[in-house]
Amino acid sequence: MSPRLAVLFLALVSVALAVGCGGGAGAGDDDPQRLTVYSGRAEELVGPLYERFERATGIQVDVRYGDSAELAATIAEEGPNSPAEVFFSQDAGALGAVASAGGLQPLPPDLLERVDPRFRDPEGRWVGVSGRARVVAYDTRKLKPAQLPDSIFAFTDRRWRERIGFAPTNASFQAFVSAMRITVGDARTLAWLKGIKANDPVLLDNNIQTLEAIARGEVEVGFVNHYYLYELRAERPDLPVENHYLRAKDPGSLVNVSGVGLLSDSPEAKRFAQFLLDVEGQRYFATDTEEYPLIRGVRSDEKLRPLDEVQGPELTLGELGAKLPSTVELIREAGLTP
Amino acid sequence: MTALRSRRRERRGSRPLPSFGLTVAAVLVAAAAALPLVYLFVRAASGGAAAWSVVLRPQTAEVLTRTVALVVVVTAAATVIGGALAWLTERTDLPLRRVWTVAAALPLAVPSYVAALALLATAGPGGALSSSLSLEVTGFTGAALALTLSTYPYVYLLTAAALRRADPALEEAARGLGRSPSAVLREVTLPLVRPAIGAGALLAALYSLSDFGVVSLMRLDVLTRVIFQQYRTLFDRTPAAVLGLLLVVLTVIVLIGEARARGRAAPRAAPTASRPVGPVALGRWRAAAVAFCALVVGLALVLPVGVLIYWIARAETGVGLDAGIVAPALGSLGVSLVAGFAAVLAALPVALLVVRSPRPWTRALERLSYGANALPGVVVALALVFFAARYLGAVYQTLALLLFAYVVRFLPQALSGARTALAGVNPRLEEAARALGRGPRSAFAAVTMPLAAPGLLAGATIVFLSTMKELPMTLLLRPIGFETLATEVWSATSVSAYSRAAPAALLLVAVSAPIVLRMVVRRDGARAEAEALGAG
Repeated sequence: MSPRLAVLFLALVSVALAVGCGGGAGAGDDDPQRLTVYSGRAEELVGPLYERFERATGIQVDVRYGDSAELAATIAEEGPNSPAEVFFSQDAGALGAVASAGGLQPLPPDLLERVDPRFRDPEGRWVGVSGRARVVAYDTRKLKPAQLPDSIFAFTDRRWRERIGFAPTNASFQAFVSAMRITVGDARTLAWLKGIKANDPVLLDNNIQTLEAIARGEVEVGFVNHYYLYELRAERPDLPVENHYLRAKDPGSLVNVSGVGLLSDSPEAKRFAQFLLDVEGQRYFATDTEEYPLIRGVRSDEKLRPLDEVQGPELTLGELGAKLPSTVELIREAGLTP
Repeated sequence: MTALRSRRRERRGSRPLPSFGLTVAAVLVAAAAALPLVYLFVRAASGGAAAWSVVLRPQTAEVLTRTVALVVVVTAAATVIGGALAWLTERTDLPLRRVWTVAAALPLAVPSYVAALALLATAGPGGALSSSLSLEVTGFTGAALALTLSTYPYVYLLTAAALRRADPALEEAARGLGRSPSAVLREVTLPLVRPAIGAGALLAALYSLSDFGVVSLMRLDVLTRVIFQQYRTLFDRTPAAVLGLLLVVLTVIVLIGEARARGRAAPRAAPTASRPVGPVALGRWRAAAVAFCALVVGLALVLPVGVLIYWIARAETGVGLDAGIVAPALGSLGVSLVAGFAAVLAALPVALLVVRSPRPWTRALERLSYGANALPGVVVALALVFFAARYLGAVYQTLALLLFAYVVRFLPQALSGARTALAGVNPRLEEAARALGRGPRSAFAAVTMPLAAPGLLAGATIVFLSTMKELPMTLLLRPIGFETLATEVWSATSVSAYSRAAPAALLLVAVSAPIVLRMVVRRDGARAEAEALGAG
């Protein structure tokens, strides 16, 4: 081997090692100062929260971001090989699905009791940490609030043809469809899904893309969670989009939670769940992501409609999990996903 | 006795038995290359009737039709555009010919999803120019346009190289006999370069069949995107494996079709020396020809680069150049360098075996190693995620697995480079070194390696380039926290943060451009390299 080749080779190997050490952070299962979190919540929204946790506890967090439903399926696929210690989900349904697959550890009662029973698993395997309402976001340049219906069922009307956008693979959308199945049954839900499909909606990958589609005039209404609007508005105050709340008990006004379940009984994992339900974590949801905090003593932002006044359909969030796999099938059957 | 027989064989110099170590290494490499496909079969077969029913759904038929339509449209458009550009730059008095020669190939440095992003930003729904142009480039039109702009350079490079090599006497004779320029083109030039055009069309077809980034950005439900969506949303992931097999079948059909077509085309003797053919005068078509070249290069090269620069300039507080880009850039460079090197290392035993001991079974090993050509990235990733999550907990979500995927996927590129390089080294030279007392390894290292090094390096370069741009495998297999420039572009655009995506995308283009430039300037190598590159 000539000297030049040898130098090249050494350079290659050192780069490889540098990259390897930097990237091979996944296998931190037994390391007491590390925690692996599967995050169904986007980095833009909760990235700073993980940093605060690291600063507060000295525990380093390795985060795998993805869609909540995707991560729930990944955990199922990985089984005992899963590196995940905590599942931080965007909705209760994905948590329930992992719980019913037997993947979640029981949570300590003192932690569960901080949250209203409506917002946690009846069997104590996951707990909600922030509340969110389903809303219909709309283009303020083209629509007035009075022109919007007060029920999600009205959007199958032909006048909404080519004007609707949403993300059919998103966990929060799936949870809303599960809620509709629980309240009005599978037949009517499938009819609604097919009715929406017949209106040629624009199908997007996530909630932020849905709002962007409204902002650029591609669609006029979008089925989303309430807080993405504020995330975008922070950067673009003149965003021509507003949230519309549907009537009480309509499946379209489901109040869902983001929540955590623990796949490991390590103290670091418990510490993380506790952090989210402490005052600091709850304040983050109230002020930084514009969600509803779920413990007493922390209030939501004034510009939000108070949580007591947003009344979703009558169901417990614990019911959503068992419905998730068949809901995904139903959405596919309606032709909204391939 | 045995020694005597083997010495006799060596003296005859015909096909010595390959060494045991080499054989084992080559078999291992071929087995590794076959692993994703084998496991995909196993997984799909284990799914039972429920999983296989996905094949019979009417939606699947729609997706298949859409996929085939996209491949056909892109291949046809890329062939026409690439072929026309090659003819214009090689055979006519096109103004600024030398500039167009290079500019027409440079879009190879623009990853196809970046081209798609630029189209969306300008002419997509709500794009900067959509309302004034009153058109919306998205869905099928958008995907077909972006993929055509990204794949025509393959046809262009291969056809231009064939035109340069073609014996000019044929075309001159036809012209001398009074044929019109269009008749010469139709009756002489086209048949001469048909095999090259076919090879380019094959690359365009394979590329559009396996593309994931463009169709996702354009929201077009073709097989790759559907597989990814199924994987993401369904709790039972076996249907995704079944659809993956369907994609493999489509790819194999394309490969077989091309092989048949090539088999029918009569091979033409290479000329002893090539010299330029007197250019065809474009006459009153000159302006139209220049406009055509400018339009293609403008859309495929100037537009994407311009949009990226605009995004960076628009970002208020130097978002473009903050430290956030360092980790993905190092990640990209690191894995791409290692993948390029490792792929050549893996290709060596197979190439050596088939070059030095051509027998039916060594050729079978080689063909097996080329099998990854039929495996789109989504499929390799899916198979490896399934396999590792279940059976290889130790390497699951590690860089080792990601690198393994790169090597398997891009092995064909390294292999074609290594094969050509080794075939060009006369084995007598190594034998002479052996006769002078060198051991087999020492003789190989001292004689063959240095001679083959440029060819091997070219193979490594192509793998490097492909790995830099790779998206679906990186998305599914990367360890937690590991970012590349490609994933950075992807995650930023999925939340519409274009100013964050722009620096990473521009860096990708900047790293790729010199490699593509070198390919165009070193004209002779262009053919083999473009061919190898197409596998990405």
